[in-house]
Amino acid sequence: MNPVDIALLLLGASIVIAVGRILVGPSKADRGAGADVVFFGFVGIVALLGLRLDAELVVDVVLVCTLVGFLAALSLARLVSGGKR
Amino acid sequence: MTPLEAIAVTCAVAGAAVFAVGALGLVRLRDFYARLHGISIAAALGTALLLLGLLLWFPSPANALKIGLALLVQLATAAVGGNALARAGYLARTPVTARTRRDDLAAADPEHPESGH
Repeated sequence: MNPVDIALLLLGASIVIAVGRILVGPSKADRGAGADVVFFGFVGIVALLGLRLDAELVVDVVLVCTLVGFLAALSLARLVSGGKR
Repeated sequence: MTPLEAIAVTCAVAGAAVFAVGALGLVRLRDFYARLHGISIAAALGTALLLLGLLLWFPSPANALKIGLALLVQLATAAVGGNALARAGYLARTPVTARTRRDDLAAADPEHPESGH
């Protein structure tokens, strides 16, 4: 088994755990934290797929994802606090 | 497999492992603040290691520039994003675990129900 496949499985398991945390809650903030993990896990899976399939294209995709990830985290925080401050 | 590719794969697997440990914290830790502490650090380090592995797999000056920028942005903003999420959770009065001994922010905030002012 290719070691990159093991890494992909680890990231997939992390995303499943984070989706479980989003479903269970119990608070809105917990769901926000779970959504954050789902996003970064997905970015990691894209990077690993590029490594596995030898696709150099994903370098650009990952760069854009990290730039957008900051906005995602900030808007999640805004959502959790209900637009307060 | 060349030595550089072996290092790249090692970095990628290590990054995924660190990320998975952070996600495990999402299950095992007791309250929102502990969980966020676990994931915001582990996700930043794990993603940074994955990016490093990607760079070592495709070594070229253009990729070094792109991944270097992505690394810089990732390491700088993951901390800010985690901080913003923790602050939002505190403003939304997310409950803490019963094992918490003291809450300095509540003591400083006269509007907080547990401040005792």
